[in-house]
Amino acid sequence: MGLLIDIIGGLLLVGGAAFLLFGSLGLLRMPDVFNRIQAGTKTTTLGTLLTLAGAACLQPAWGWKLLLIGVFLIFTNPVSAQVLANTAHRRGAQKTPLTKIDRLAEDREGKA
Amino acid sequence: MSKGKSTVRDTVILFATLMLFWLMLSGKLDTDVLIVGAVASLIIALLYRDGLSFFTEFRFTPQAFVAGFRYYGYFLRELFKSNLKMAAIVLSPSLPITPGIVKVRTRLKSRMGRLMLANSITLTPGTLTVEMAGEWLYIHCVTVGATDIEAATAEIVSGFESYLEVMYG
Repeated sequence: MGLLIDIIGGLLLVGGAAFLLFGSLGLLRMPDVFNRIQAGTKTTTLGTLLTLAGAACLQPAWGWKLLLIGVFLIFTNPVSAQVLANTAHRRGAQKTPLTKIDRLAEDREGKA
Repeated sequence: MSKGKSTVRDTVILFATLMLFWLMLSGKLDTDVLIVGAVASLIIALLYRDGLSFFTEFRFTPQAFVAGFRYYGYFLRELFKSNLKMAAIVLSPSLPITPGIVKVRTRLKSRMGRLMLANSITLTPGTLTVEMAGEWLYIHCVTVGATDIEAATAEIVSGFESYLEVMYG
C-alpha cells in the first residue's frame, strides 16, 4: 500500500515537471507577450499543483500545508498574469501580426 | 449588498478565514498558538475590512456549497484540458495560433464573483483576462473563436458563470 502511494506520488511529480517543461517551451516559442503569459500561467499552475499533490503523497504529514499552498497558487497566479497582461496592453506592447482582432484597443480608441 | 450593513459580517468572515489558514499552517492547537493567531487575524481583519477573501459575499446556503464543489470540479477539469491544449500547441512544429482580444459580458454583480470569474477564465483553455470594466471583460485568446459579444460570452463565460451565480451572485 505504501509502495503504491509512493509510485503515484512519483508519477504526479513527473507529470508536474512535464507541464512545467511545456510551459518553458511555450515561453520560448510563443510570438508575443500575451501568448507567452498564456503559456506561462496555465502550465505553471497545473504543473505546481501536480508537484504539490505528488509531495503530499510522499509526505502525507504535510498535506494541509501543501493544500494551502495550492489554494494560494490558484488565487494569486491568475491575478499576477492579468496585471501583467493589462499593463502590457496599456503600454502598447507589440502584438504578433497573427493577431486577428483587438476589441480592447478598439474600445480605448473610441473613448480617447 | 449594501456596504455599511455588511461590514461587521465581512470582518467576522475574514477573521474566521484567516484563523482557519493559521490553524492549517501551524498544525497545532496549543493555547499560545491560538492566542497569537487570534490577535494577528483580528488586526488583519480590522485593517482590511474592505478586502476580499474566499467567503466575502459568499451566500451561505446549501445550494451555494454544492455549487462550490461542482465549481472546483469543473475548474480542475478545465485546467487540465487547458494544459493539454497548451502542450499540444507548444509541441506542434507549426505553432497553430490565431490570437486576438474579444469582449464578453457577465451577469455577475458581486466583486468576489467577478474576481473568481476573471481568474477562472485566465486558467482555462487558451483564454486570459486582460481588462475588466464593470460588466465587460476583455479576453485574450490564443485561438479566437467567435468574435461578436454574445457568441464569445456563451463560449468563454457561461460555463463558470452558472456556478458562480449561485455561490456569489
